Amino acid sequence: MTTMPNARRAALKLVTAASLALSIAACSSTPDQLAGGAGGSGGNRYGAGGYGAGGAGGPATPGSARDFAVNVGDRVFFESDSSDLTSTAVATLDRQAQWLQRYSSHSFVVEGHADERGTREYNYSLGARRAQTVRDYLASRGVPSSRIRTVSYGKERPVAVCNDISCWSQNRRAVTALEGGNS
Amino acid sequence: MKRLPLRLLAAALAALVAVPTLAPPVRAELYIDVRRGNFQPIPIAIADFGGDGEMAPKLAGIIAANLSRSGYFQVLDRGRFPENPSFNAAPNFGAWKGTGAQGLVVGRVTRDASGRLRAEFRLWDLMAGQQIVGQQYGTDANSWRRVAHIISDAVFSKITGVGGFFDTRIAFVDETGPKERRRKRLAVMDQDGANVRYLTPGDSAVVSPRYSPATQDIAYMSQPEGRQPRVSVINLETGARRVVGDFNDMTSSPRFSPDGRRLLIALQDGGNTNIHVMDLASKGTTRLTNSGAIDTSPSYSPDGSQIVFESDRGGKQQIYVMGADGSGQRRISFGDGSYSQPAWSPRGDLIAFTKQRPGGFAIGVMRPDGSNERLLAEGFHFEGPTWAPNGQYIVAFQDPGGQSGGKLRMIDVTGRVNIALPTPSFASDPTWSPLLGGGRAGQ
Repeated sequence: MTTMPNARRAALKLVTAASLALSIAACSSTPDQLAGGAGGSGGNRYGAGGYGAGGAGGPATPGSARDFAVNVGDRVFFESDSSDLTSTAVATLDRQAQWLQRYSSHSFVVEGHADERGTREYNYSLGARRAQTVRDYLASRGVPSSRIRTVSYGKERPVAVCNDISCWSQNRRAVTALEGGNS
Repeated sequence: MKRLPLRLLAAALAALVAVPTLAPPVRAELYIDVRRGNFQPIPIAIADFGGDGEMAPKLAGIIAANLSRSGYFQVLDRGRFPENPSFNAAPNFGAWKGTGAQGLVVGRVTRDASGRLRAEFRLWDLMAGQQIVGQQYGTDANSWRRVAHIISDAVFSKITGVGGFFDTRIAFVDETGPKERRRKRLAVMDQDGANVRYLTPGDSAVVSPRYSPATQDIAYMSQPEGRQPRVSVINLETGARRVVGDFNDMTSSPRFSPDGRRLLIALQDGGNTNIHVMDLASKGTTRLTNSGAIDTSPSYSPDGSQIVFESDRGGKQQIYVMGADGSGQRRISFGDGSYSQPAWSPRGDLIAFTKQRPGGFAIGVMRPDGSNERLLAEGFHFEGPTWAPNGQYIVAFQDPGGQSGGKLRMIDVTGRVNIALPTPSFASDPTWSPLLGGGRAGQ
């Protein structure tokens, strides 16, 4: 996972602050880079968590699951033992909220995950807490909570498997996965 | 020797019945105090059993393997036996002196026309020159391994003064497939790794199994694909599985009360997790914690009056104790690092836990007031302690990380035993059953 330059972080904060005013068109010019920075091209490599209606690898048709994963960013990452949203995560969730409001027929599930450096029961609760944090944030940005389901996988579903922080940081995540509606 | 103090038993329909000898209890020289770590394993000889030519060597072999694996016995090599001891005659005590063996187990097993087994054994104190226990068991032929375990328990407990633990099973999570999408099935085996059975088909991921005190049920977390994990219970006789309670959110980390009537569960409440207790008959549920944090991994004290659990209410995972009604919650872990997965010893004297520090994981024990913390085993990843019914041994799982997976290890409270338990595949989340015979053996 690459670290985002400070200049881009600063820009992200501005985007966050102004996000409600941004048009979808304006937003779609930056996300390709943003998704790469935040998720290590997560959408390409890992799919949309197994639930994407369009599926990873399909065409990034506007409104499709692939569009969501590639052009919006389907996942956010957390610090160790934390469920606080980073500024990068907030930016990603703002884009998710806009997209989900525009394509309002989708219902979706927020999957909370933990890395393997923790005990099993706690990590299930930590994954639930992360999913809930994302759900609450999306709801605060105008996405009806009735469309949002959450599920925790604890540390049971890593996307990256190795014995160092390069993997653990990718596994501490919440993935927004589309599961219904037209796409 | 004419009359040995062994009483015969007219076993009727009971599956496994033991009648203890009428001889007065002797605890002369054949005794070790295993509550401290500074003892030498007892040299002991396990003679081949007489009687049924097929069963006899198997029984002796299992007994020898059990006692050896316990770490408290040094089993004498058969080649050093000075005689082939008979079941119905006293050993030649003088001849055994040169071998160093302090105890001798002899036995006999027969099968009647209906296939029922009758197994008898005697434990001789070779130094004192007397029999210290002799028992007979009747059972159906399918339970022959259990007979060997029950005899092992009788020998173990007579010499150590600690209850037996061989006539038990260990349930665990069997793990196969790549780590990203690992298949997790509930499995159970005898404590020595024999008789592995798979209890769930793998359609749902299963973690955190916990035995009921009557050994009839196992509670566990079950997660169907794409759905919230739910605490479920499987009946080991019928195989019937049912979800416990009707909750909207995730339920996790079950643990039975010592009387089996209640089940502790951790219930998700938004971003928090709180510990609740469910009365299994009425299904009535009571909240015990409400700290705005993650409270999980509860475990009862053996008398049921207290509960130990973990919470991150203070910022990171630490161990807390409260009354069974949730009263008087207080932190007991204060060392460096974080503490989790507390498990109260069936003996009541210790709480086992998982500890995480920057350098790795450890399994340790502390007293219920948090004092006398001792680490028993350390590794890159080590978690999930569960107690043997005698409170002397712990099984946990160690994982080297990467695409590898967990393997079970048995540890004892003195820190001198740390051995692998065999499993067919990767294994995690062990839960140790109570004594299957309800504790008759080894009392």
